[in-house]
Amino acid sequence: MLLRRLSSVPDYGFDTPFDEIERMRRQMDRLAGQLSGGSTSEQFAGVYPLINVTEDPDNYFIRAEVPGLNPDDIEINVTNDSFTISGERSSQTQEENARYHRKERETGKFSRVVTLPGMVDTEKAGAQNKNGVLTVTLPKSEASKPRQVAIKGS
Amino acid sequence: MIGSEAKDLQAKKKEEVQSPAEQTRPGYVFTPAVDIYETDQKITVLADMPGVKPDDIMIDLKDNTLTISGDSEPPEASNELDVFREYRTGKYYRQFMLSEMIDQSKIEAEMKNGVLNLVLPKVEKATPRKITVKAS
Repeated sequence: MLLRRLSSVPDYGFDTPFDEIERMRRQMDRLAGQLSGGSTSEQFAGVYPLINVTEDPDNYFIRAEVPGLNPDDIEINVTNDSFTISGERSSQTQEENARYHRKERETGKFSRVVTLPGMVDTEKAGAQNKNGVLTVTLPKSEASKPRQVAIKGS
Repeated sequence: MIGSEAKDLQAKKKEEVQSPAEQTRPGYVFTPAVDIYETDQKITVLADMPGVKPDDIMIDLKDNTLTISGDSEPPEASNELDVFREYRTGKYYRQFMLSEMIDQSKIEAEMKNGVLNLVLPKVEKATPRKITVKAS
């Protein structure tokens, strides 16, 4: 926190010590990311649910943490190049005259659309929900898979 | 909330915590979001811990301190490459102080869809006895 405050000090084009600290901070972030197997710093779209997208040579995988949602509460639609997830998280049934100490788990409706990084084959898309983590597997369409091109000798 | 229209669910970043003890394995530790409510008979704790298998949850109650922790494995297979990433995975850890006496033998915990449902029954208080004072 201290570093963040320091790095927001306006600089006037000079190479201040704060620049150096900021550089170090970025370097540390990158190192920490590498150690835990992560890659670049995370992005934040501000739309529920937050998703991670990964790929292997044949598929895209979209994952979202949706604790407390039953498979029936989630609706997923896939087109060739986009993906929509929507649903509603309702609060679990509570007893009569329950007195709350904390209520941090939010409820409500959600709907999110994501543009896919490539074309997918919607016919073979699959989804599963396990321990509150939704995984959607979208096979890449044949046309969008990388193909090796043979070079003919003349 | 009856009759009112459901509001939109807000996306929240997972809150990272400083682990109480230094970790032997590097990784992230998050604070699970919780609901805690009580009735006359029990205290109920609901905690969002997505990605944690029921076997990997640890619940400990010692000297009125309730500790909830959970370990999760990264869901990605090793040959998957990141396209983009909005959240991270890791462990969960949170502690609460309880002011009520809890009947340890009757604690129940259930894990469903990544939500821990922990029921802590209160110790039955001695029923107040009415003492009549005889006039001499």
